[in-house]
Amino acid sequence: MIQCTIKRQSISVLEGTTILEAAKQNHIRIPNLCYMEGLHSTGSCRICSVEVVGAKTLMAACVTEVREGMQVFTHSKKVQDARKMLYQLLLSDHHQDCLRCNRNLECEFQELGRELGVTQSLFQTTSSRSAKDEGPSIVRDTSKCILCQRCVTVCQDIQGVGAIRVQNRGFQSVVAPAMELPLAQVNCANCGQCTIVCPVGALEGTDATEIVWQALHDPNVRVVMQCAPAIRVAIGELFDYPVGTRVTGKLAAAMKALGADDVFDTNWAADLTILEEGTELLHRLLKSLEGQPAAFPMITSCSPGWIKFVEHQYPHLLDHLSSCKSPHMMLGALSKSYYAEKLGINPKKIFVVSVMPCTAKKFEITREEMIHDGLKDVDAVLTTRELGRMIRQAGIDFRQLKDIPFDQPMGFSTGAADIFGVTGGVMEAALRTVYTVLSGRPLPFAKLHVESIRGMDEVKEATLVLQDLLPQYHALEGAHVKVVVTSGLHGARVLMDQIQAGNSPYLFMEVMGCPGGCITGGGQPRSHDPEVRSKRMKALYEEDESKVLRESHANPSIDALYREYLGEPCGERSHHLLHTHYIKRAPIIP
Amino acid sequence: MQVSQVEQVVKKIPDSQELEKILNLIDLYGNRPENLIQILHGTQQIAGHIPLTLQCIIAEKLSIPVSEVSGVVSFYSFFSAKPRGKHIIRVCLGTACYVRGGKKLVETLQHKLQVNLGETTADGQFTLEIARCIGACGLAPAMMIDDEVFRQVNPNKVDSILQQYEGGRSS
Repeated sequence: MIQCTIKRQSISVLEGTTILEAAKQNHIRIPNLCYMEGLHSTGSCRICSVEVVGAKTLMAACVTEVREGMQVFTHSKKVQDARKMLYQLLLSDHHQDCLRCNRNLECEFQELGRELGVTQSLFQTTSSRSAKDEGPSIVRDTSKCILCQRCVTVCQDIQGVGAIRVQNRGFQSVVAPAMELPLAQVNCANCGQCTIVCPVGALEGTDATEIVWQALHDPNVRVVMQCAPAIRVAIGELFDYPVGTRVTGKLAAAMKALGADDVFDTNWAADLTILEEGTELLHRLLKSLEGQPAAFPMITSCSPGWIKFVEHQYPHLLDHLSSCKSPHMMLGALSKSYYAEKLGINPKKIFVVSVMPCTAKKFEITREEMIHDGLKDVDAVLTTRELGRMIRQAGIDFRQLKDIPFDQPMGFSTGAADIFGVTGGVMEAALRTVYTVLSGRPLPFAKLHVESIRGMDEVKEATLVLQDLLPQYHALEGAHVKVVVTSGLHGARVLMDQIQAGNSPYLFMEVMGCPGGCITGGGQPRSHDPEVRSKRMKALYEEDESKVLRESHANPSIDALYREYLGEPCGERSHHLLHTHYIKRAPIIP
Repeated sequence: MQVSQVEQVVKKIPDSQELEKILNLIDLYGNRPENLIQILHGTQQIAGHIPLTLQCIIAEKLSIPVSEVSGVVSFYSFFSAKPRGKHIIRVCLGTACYVRGGKKLVETLQHKLQVNLGETTADGQFTLEIARCIGACGLAPAMMIDDEVFRQVNPNKVDSILQQYEGGRSS
């Protein structure tokens, strides 16, 4: 242990602790900006500068380790003046258009200015950077960038993509893709994790609220809205509920109050996905038992960030991907076919809006493969943050809304669908159904949970032994089904390299593009709670356990869909509406 | 900077297609990311500049993102992603050269060559750049063409200097 004083307070901390961590552990606040706990401490913004007695210069608290007997002052006049000056310098190269910025009042840089007591701009300059890069998923506005490089760290170290980095030098420095190409022309997966960590308005999801308002206000358009599982455990945070509060009924009510004609649940399509994907897996297994070629492991395809990543990085391994569209695309396609037929209306009049925790879904709906018979499966994707904004814009008092259920016929879901929003969830849901289909018995685990594939470990695996199967599946008797789960593209790379090297022992693999899964996707509310992942995760498992039916194949409205419309899983109609193919992309598109 | 070492390495590469030479170069440097700068120097020497396509190849070979390669190329003024002229003119704008008329020299060259800073003449002969002190302060204002230093250059001398390089003659 090391003894030192911070603000004259004697403290003792473990060797190797930085001044900033030591202060934090002892409830002493040191203002900071570029620092991200456990992820990013480069001392690049210098805002956390502190006075260390005996040191020649001020030290950046986030990168300076405490030493025995160190005396630290965090708010001396020298420090306060320096911090203000540092802030002024950052401000001098920042586009100060706060009133019209989407981060107004939710901006870390703005909050910091208030904390430091900065009330005027000392330097009147214009921003040295002005490029605006508006892609289908993400907008980059470099005039607002303060070069903290959090986005660079997340993209490179957490996601293993490295799409952006500092280019040029000095005043010309800019965080950008290679050769300052637009994001849409490089290997960006559109995961949006950069938009979560950006402290200012330099990186944000591409706005879809305008076109959604237009559709909602058009009397000739029937607006179908749907929302992903992860939204119900996160959107409450935008209305001051504690992190991890389940607000499913209010969420449905809010979408209705906005003017949606139908409020469906993407969960319903998640159940459908399990039947399609589970059947696909079974077909592959049986095919390989007959000696025909089949790519294993089969890999889930619900996460469009993951899909774009694999298309760029492993274009020769695309046959491992399940051909299933992601659940909201399935629901969109069925809204314009199955549901339109039921209503007897022209599908061209239906406008499908998906509320997603994800920025990559914004790109996904623009893919050519997602347009059928001249119709887009989904017309607009709103992130959780955007829906929150629209609810405010409409003057809806979210907390006072009365809970309502989702509309039928695409609103009922089982517990298996809820956990689609969390890492390991799709796999667990699939195992619940595949095991029951093969054996006629429920998955033999407590509460149907596959514990070993839950949580935040990068790579998680489980083995399921198939025993006492139904007679028609006799060929699979005794098989060991080894599955693996990862979240975050860094882990995905590890598992894909294994497949590439030809030594992947798995049959089925789940990948979600964002660490933790959709609960902390790039479109979710930005949270300061370090336990945001575990709290939202817990909430989704509670949602699952709160339901009577917890296996996708038990969903009666999915059963009805197959009886009335699709025929059988992976049948001809399914293939037309619910399945897709992938595109080989270069590592970077010149 | 280890330019001369890089030159030695490049000399060792057997004569072949440009791309082959560059792949060979990367191999000689062990496909190691820590040798990125040397590899970029060698590539620039072989190809004259380092366009995005070559940056992609280098990135792939070193298993690093292209954005990192591009970041390094755009950081150092000696690297260029755009084609450069046969001769590189670098006018020194260090303090001594600046006060003794370096800026006027830049303007004269811009006018005579019809290019802006960083650009290459239409005939591909010259690229005009500025340098921050070339260590010849006593000879200010100074400029370099390729490896040769010209001392006490005034705008009147520019024509005769350029003539030495025009018409395919090089130093």
